[in-house]
Amino acid sequence: MKNSNNAPRSNFLSNISKTTRSNFITYGIIIVVYVIMQILVNAGAVSNLIRGQLIPICVFATMAVSLNLCVGILGELSLGHAGFMSVGAFTGAVAIACMESAIPSPILRLILGMLIGAVFAAIAGVIIGIPVLKLNGDYLAIVTLAFGEIIRSIFTNVYVGLDSAGLHFSILNRIKAAEDGKMIINGAIGLTGIKPIATFFMAALLLLVTLIIVFNLINSKTGRAVMALRDNQIAAQSIGISIPKFKLMAFVISAAIAGAAGTMFAENYSTMLATKFDFNTSILILVFVVLGGLGNIRGSIIAAAVLTLLPELLRSVKDYRMLAYAIILIVVMIFKNSPSIQAKMALMRSKKTARKKTKKASIGKEA
Amino acid sequence: MKFLSNLINGISLGSVYAIIALGYTMVYGIARMLNFAHGDVIMVGAYICFFAIYSFNLNPVIGILMAVVVCTVLGVVIEKLAYKPLRQATSLAVLITAIGVSYFLQNMAQLLWSANPKVFPTIINGSIKLFGGELSISRTTIVIVLVCALIVVGLSIFVNHTKMGKAMRACSEDKEAAQLMGINVNKTISMTFAIGSALAAIAGVLMCCAYPNLQPTTGSMPGIKAFTAAVFGGIGSIPGAFIGGILLGVLEILGSAYISTELKDAIVFLALIIVLLVKPTGILGKKIHEKV
Repeated sequence: MKNSNNAPRSNFLSNISKTTRSNFITYGIIIVVYVIMQILVNAGAVSNLIRGQLIPICVFATMAVSLNLCVGILGELSLGHAGFMSVGAFTGAVAIACMESAIPSPILRLILGMLIGAVFAAIAGVIIGIPVLKLNGDYLAIVTLAFGEIIRSIFTNVYVGLDSAGLHFSILNRIKAAEDGKMIINGAIGLTGIKPIATFFMAALLLLVTLIIVFNLINSKTGRAVMALRDNQIAAQSIGISIPKFKLMAFVISAAIAGAAGTMFAENYSTMLATKFDFNTSILILVFVVLGGLGNIRGSIIAAAVLTLLPELLRSVKDYRMLAYAIILIVVMIFKNSPSIQAKMALMRSKKTARKKTKKASIGKEA
Repeated sequence: MKFLSNLINGISLGSVYAIIALGYTMVYGIARMLNFAHGDVIMVGAYICFFAIYSFNLNPVIGILMAVVVCTVLGVVIEKLAYKPLRQATSLAVLITAIGVSYFLQNMAQLLWSANPKVFPTIINGSIKLFGGELSISRTTIVIVLVCALIVVGLSIFVNHTKMGKAMRACSEDKEAAQLMGINVNKTISMTFAIGSALAAIAGVLMCCAYPNLQPTTGSMPGIKAFTAAVFGGIGSIPGAFIGGILLGVLEILGSAYISTELKDAIVFLALIIVLLVKPTGILGKKIHEKV
């Protein structure tokens, strides 16, 4: 599944229409899959196990698209993307809890919460992005890893309480909300007392909106500048593309999307630990992106959906399921990336087609 | 006195990080890959030693030797099976494969040895009292620091003064040129993995002597921290890994003693970010100029 961005630029008009068509196919797939799943859920044909995974799949697909923007389109490896998700989850959930009495509509609250989560994640993205994007390669990766760990470490020690006197906030010092209030973030226990308001519809909508944003970004002047920086930084700079501006822009957009996804994720559960957004989660999302293909947005979504379901589908092998997951991951990576295996596969494929051709030719002769 | 005691504990923890970081840095220097499975090799080493002592009642020294042998073999096998086919692939592909290997080792350990934490037996007993008993240093700490110093000196001599070490340095600078000079690049890389994994085994045993809690995920956090230490000191540099490891250990212990125990990880990683911003290639890292 090649993204049409890689198509030759010879025919500009047809190229644009092809890209747009490909994007609309992706939107279409999301909508169709959503409708089918919704019908199946309503008909009761989906097991509880899979039904519980519907929102996480949408969230992780959104995360994968967001990280693909950072790794595939911008070309900077981030190992701390769960950090942005965490910022979004915690700030968004606090905002939603605060708005509970003011705004009765859960959908509106969720949307506002996601926006607030996205804004805070974007701020975190700016704070970390300005210094970090000066580094390159593995050093950038390690700083993003460090950032993710710092965020996890901080949110494990944050206490936020809400009562009639307003919002109480503290780091490290255990505080208690007054009798009439409740704790929203309770240190190591994490987010508590969330009333889950995330719905499959909203999660699918989030994914769709993310796709519209990302596709439009990629096919804009900004997106082309970002990709030019990825392909050859020096050449891009020499034609007047500002490195900090475009790198930061892509990085912050990616962080904001991750923040919104984080809020959605937190609102799907009644409690949420800060350790849920650790290095392993960042890596999990990176696995989706790499397996789906760098820069290939549709691939990311498919990989996220398949790999989120895979451990659930492997439940039949019980204790061995994570082992099986690891083996599948290694084998797929080797098969996809080893030049010698790829060459052998190509050889086999060409032999097969050659055989088919000779067969056809011989059939033709016989006739 | 309290400060001195903390400092010594920091150096001890830092020595463990330094030994792990040496493995990371050597593999990175030569294979140009972030071997995220390194932390889990530590865990395997600790388990092997644990069972040698606990189940088979063997002498701890034999236990350590067994751990070293098993981990060395494991390191070479992992390299052959998982990383060698990807020698020409992108670094990201190798990274994900390394993560796959890490998952594999963790889950294998969980299946074989269960997820229940095991208490590592005490190998080295007693402590030394100084200043009229005000400062007490456990023998474990002394052994850890000494072993680390020995490894760093030994490794430096090996890399700088032996033929194999020369081959390693050549490979880290330019693999193709090294091959043209008649160096067996594959053998050199295997050798690097073998040394790195042997060091990981030693680090695993030492770490569990100081912090006797052993479970399948034991290796992952020290692995990440040691990797940070390697970057701190300048990845690819042996003295750098040593300095980075010690600094990180001291920082972690002092940070948790004087600032906050809960935020010690945040302090360590914040320090890393600051160091990298001031010196983008780490303390002893070489600056590589980009040619157009």
